Amino acid sequence: MIELTVNGQTHRIDADPETPLLYVLREDLQLNAAKFGCGLGQCGACTVLVDGEAALACVTPILVLPGRQVTTLEGLGGAEDPAPIQRAFIEEQAAQCGFCIAGMIMRAQALLQSNPRASDADIRAQLEPNLCRCGTHMRILRAVRRAAALLQGSGAAAFHSPSAKSAPGGSEAAGRNGSGGTEGSEDLRRPGERDLSRHPQQRERPER
Amino acid sequence: MKLPTGGHIVIGVLALVALVLGICFLLAWRDALPAIEPPGAGDFAADTIARGAQLAALGGCAPCHTAPGGASFAGGRAIDTPFGRIFSTNITPDPHSGIGRWSEAAFRRAMREGVDREGRQLYPAFPYDHFTLVSDTDDAALYAYLMTRRPVRAEARQNQLGFPLRIRWILAAWKLRYFHPGPYQPDTAHDELWNRGAYLVNGLAHCGACHTPRNRFGAENPAQRFAGTEAEDWYAYAINSASQARVPWDADSLSLFLRNGWHDRHGIAQGPMARVTDDLARVPDSDCRAIAVYVAWLMSESTAAGAPKAAPPNSRDGQAIYAAACADCHDGARPLPIGGVRLELSTAVSGESAINLINVVLDGVRPPEGAAGPIMPGFASTLSDTQLDSLVTYLRGHFAGKPPWPAFIEHVREARRRSHD
Repeated sequence: MIELTVNGQTHRIDADPETPLLYVLREDLQLNAAKFGCGLGQCGACTVLVDGEAALACVTPILVLPGRQVTTLEGLGGAEDPAPIQRAFIEEQAAQCGFCIAGMIMRAQALLQSNPRASDADIRAQLEPNLCRCGTHMRILRAVRRAAALLQGSGAAAFHSPSAKSAPGGSEAAGRNGSGGTEGSEDLRRPGERDLSRHPQQRERPER
Repeated sequence: MKLPTGGHIVIGVLALVALVLGICFLLAWRDALPAIEPPGAGDFAADTIARGAQLAALGGCAPCHTAPGGASFAGGRAIDTPFGRIFSTNITPDPHSGIGRWSEAAFRRAMREGVDREGRQLYPAFPYDHFTLVSDTDDAALYAYLMTRRPVRAEARQNQLGFPLRIRWILAAWKLRYFHPGPYQPDTAHDELWNRGAYLVNGLAHCGACHTPRNRFGAENPAQRFAGTEAEDWYAYAINSASQARVPWDADSLSLFLRNGWHDRHGIAQGPMARVTDDLARVPDSDCRAIAVYVAWLMSESTAAGAPKAAPPNSRDGQAIYAAACADCHDGARPLPIGGVRLELSTAVSGESAINLINVVLDGVRPPEGAAGPIMPGFASTLSDTQLDSLVTYLRGHFAGKPPWPAFIEHVREARRRSHD
């Protein structure tokens, strides 16, 4: 048994201490925002926060985590109460397939928590380990800049383009909003459902 | 009037100091060379420019003369020395802020003697103690290459040096003591390839600038040539007979390593050495080979190599972390550069200093910008200082048969501070 604190809640996990955090999050705790991309710590899709710093859940064995605070995308906010960074990603429609977005958000969150006045160069340097294969980099950068502005409280209205949608209701979590593709929709399974099926028809698509 | 004895000594010392300073001042006095109209691209033969490009890569000009994210060769990169912070200068052919008004003679004088066009002494952060060995022909090719780059207007940044070092003519005294002007004289006891290697290693490639320990005046210590030392927050390994490599290097493995930036029986180039191997990927094979032959000769009596002594696990926590977080790549079936280097072969584990291993475990390994290369995730956010200590104690004992490094945790804290700056 290993004790893990995730999103402020302590869980007793019955798993091999060598198990990667990502598997525990997805399989045991049904926290499916963090994605399995490469499994080698090379793509960033599994990024979560450990004590406020970006960490790659796929290469982090749970045995190093007792006493540490793990935060996942679900811990930032949900569809009803998105955190500023989630709002910013939604408002900029930063996701295309959405697979990288939870990781992008978490790494950006780590940066903005330690440096709310991060420059463009800071943002680019921070997000460098995270890959996006759709090529939405410019929208992601805009979203992080918007989040920085929101967090600085410099008047979200000033950064709110008239055409941007407000946070939609309906989808399970803000970070999943962009998960319209077949890969991303995998994570719309309900608590307890196993992550086995790869057929998108079996699950509902997120509402926009 | 009779002065007390102490007074005589004071006056004597002052007179001597004045005399030495006077001599230095006279020695330091160099004429400005005439400013020229910047030459055009048509003034140089294409093959000379191409040769100059290869030489610039061998000399590693761009990594120092380019600020992070800045224009190539436009200078502005900070170089921290024990004496203060020096900024590299603009060596694009911009007539105002670069070397556009330098004649070839002025360029050659800078390389050979460490004096700029206007006659000012240059700081040896510009490694003219090595570049002095470069031949006139190679200086001409380097000049042709640099003068045909895109001119960039970028004023030199002010160096941050204390008194008296900000007075440049003081450098004449340094040169008098430590500078041995070139060019390179071949050693007839060795063949042409060895001589080519010696010419490059000791000259343009300035390997000793990182790999040779320096004395308190910042000069390379000739008694410890290539003995390994800290440089730019990394440890530049010994590349003489004190090499700690587990498998002895030879000319073949060195040649591959220098071109590719990794070798499966040795590991990967990191930190400043990664910039070197990035550059060496673009030079002729024959030059890489020559460097490899000469460096293999330098290391030829290495005694440190050999199979590690088997050691019982000395840290169960460290062993568990290795098994869970590292072994998948480092103990798997995938060879370098797709998998990790086997740690019993890694000088980072067996070597004299902990800092390379700490840097890699904390920050990981990233491929060169825009190119394929080995990659490793960093563990700075997931391993605590204590966990890192357990892990490295295990690695060091199990894979190198050696005791833990002294003051390990202090090195870890220092490295964490650096990556947060």
